[in-house]
Amino acid sequence: MTRLLDVENLTLQFDTDEGRITAVDNVSFNLEAGEVMGLVGESGSGKSVTAKSVMKLNPSNAIYGDQTKITLHLDSGPVDIMSLKTSNDLQVVRGGAISMIFQEPMASFAPAISIGNQMVEQLQIHSDMNTKQATQLSIEMLDRVGISDASTRFKQFAFELSGGMRQRAMIAMALSTKPKLLIADEPTTALDVTIQAQVIDLMKDLVKDFGMGIVFITHDLGVIAQTADKVAVMYLGRLVEQGAVRDVIRNPSHPYTKGLIAALPSLDDLDTPLTPIPGDIPSPLERPPGCVFNTRCSSIVGAQCSSVVPEFSNVTDNHQVACHIYDEGASK
Amino acid sequence: MSEDVLIEARDLSVHYPLRGNNLFGPKPVVKAVESINLDIGKGSFFGLVGESGSGKTTLGKALLKAAPITRGTVAYDDGEAKFDLTKLSTKELNEYRKRAQLIFQDPYAALSPRMTVRDIIAEPLEVMGLTSTREETDERVREIAEKCRLNLEHLRRFPHAFSGGQRQRISIARALVSNPQFVVADESVAALDVSIQADVLNLLKEIQQEMGLTFLFISHDLSVVAHICDHVAVMYLGRLVETAPTRELFANPRHPYTKALLSAIPSLDPDDTKQAQKLEGEIPSPTNQPSGCKFHTRCPFVKDICRSNEPVLQHSSGGHEVACHRWEELMTP
Repeated sequence: MTRLLDVENLTLQFDTDEGRITAVDNVSFNLEAGEVMGLVGESGSGKSVTAKSVMKLNPSNAIYGDQTKITLHLDSGPVDIMSLKTSNDLQVVRGGAISMIFQEPMASFAPAISIGNQMVEQLQIHSDMNTKQATQLSIEMLDRVGISDASTRFKQFAFELSGGMRQRAMIAMALSTKPKLLIADEPTTALDVTIQAQVIDLMKDLVKDFGMGIVFITHDLGVIAQTADKVAVMYLGRLVEQGAVRDVIRNPSHPYTKGLIAALPSLDDLDTPLTPIPGDIPSPLERPPGCVFNTRCSSIVGAQCSSVVPEFSNVTDNHQVACHIYDEGASK
Repeated sequence: MSEDVLIEARDLSVHYPLRGNNLFGPKPVVKAVESINLDIGKGSFFGLVGESGSGKTTLGKALLKAAPITRGTVAYDDGEAKFDLTKLSTKELNEYRKRAQLIFQDPYAALSPRMTVRDIIAEPLEVMGLTSTREETDERVREIAEKCRLNLEHLRRFPHAFSGGQRQRISIARALVSNPQFVVADESVAALDVSIQADVLNLLKEIQQEMGLTFLFISHDLSVVAHICDHVAVMYLGRLVETAPTRELFANPRHPYTKALLSAIPSLDPDDTKQAQKLEGEIPSPTNQPSGCKFHTRCPFVKDICRSNEPVLQHSSGGHEVACHRWEELMTP
């Protein structure tokens, strides 16, 4: 496998009226070509801003930490994303080497421009195709993602398509520039289960065919289990657990991951009552000191939980967890 | 109407007129809900599932008399009061509103940002004239807030200060403050994170048992429905296709659509690559409905009869009712 993306010590703060808030705190991960990484967490955990940082797509009040280093490995050599300042420099990665699919496909298409014209426009920005070539490729892509009668759909507007169809068109558009990295931000959350199953199958096929890497953001662990190779769990801007998908889902080690899995209603066991994680995610303005999860954790080890930030330790070679339970010398 | 039935719907249909006029033919309509027969038992937690566009919200609204009933009857009888929803006078409708309430999907949109939590919860009491003094109102608000696990200190604050789960608890308190008998919860946990969702579901179940309420729980999430409901109805394109007690439905689904819905839920086991029935295509538009069985355009077991004749709900064993021409053949492999 070849390395596609390295994110090292990503720290991201926002200046707001209420003060400076830390949205992402010292997050590191990497991704190989052809690999799907699931990024899981509750709303407010910082998964979307983490993914958007990869193409510096955060608003202008975002402040990146000094130690932050994001490297995208392209065929032409590594690109240091943090050194790209102007939007012209960033054109290379945004929509070119990296594409993004958003949650709400209705909000991501311009309502007054036909689907086809939007696809052609972005192809012409990122390649030197003429209109005819771009049109042909766009129709091919629409056909590839399972939209029947693609040449008619090409001329239609977003409101004329159903939810599932719009999401397919979004995927077709994102993939038409042949990106190396695809960021999918909750791409199936707004869809019905039957359509979600279709979109998941489609994305699995496309990974095989195009060999790109995907960062798949979702709060649905079932979707992760079916699509991802590895998974990273975020809570309040920090990674708390990461590893191969089988290891993390079969042997969740962080109390937060355990809680997320226990809270899921399972069809196999209807008798056990659901166990919620007590309390709410704290406001990013009032991040608890020490382990960020200590305000809701039911397995507090001792005073270090509310004073010392836990380091990552290995559960297995493919599975790391940041929790004081696994500190060396501590009783398990 | 039998003793233990709270709501009985017969041949219930809701049609919305479409724009455009057919001068000589019938006026074009959308059949959002068509010929539904449904009994909701007293004290039951009744689940209603289906894809978007299947008419579940419209059915819920019709049972609250918040959507126009085009045809059929809906009778309500809680032992103290009886209503025929198709013939309600204004006075009766006001009475019915006290007994039947709605909890919305989005707790961010459902609460006025300019009212304190206390005022939000007290508003129904004041509008319906259920309490006469401010003290009485306050006491009732405190009582229900406690039941919904809200702090008394919360009552002075505005909704923006609360998280999604807390807001949903405020919406629940507001719906329950008039002491209703029947509550429609329309996708009430869909906007919440899983960790919070479990908490709100447990709260709903607790309150239902404590107050002896009847719930109609509308959801697209089958695993949530499996956990909280005791009876489930599955809708497709405005029709009921299958109803059964929850365990029976999940253990022995009979309609191909129910089976497909169940197999589409992503499994938590990464190696479980069940390639059971995957549905092709999407739910047809209600303005242009297929002939015969409405599901035939996506059904893997379609036969000629499905294209021409519309199946009716048939009783079968285990309290099951199913509308499919071929369910018996399909049971025997």
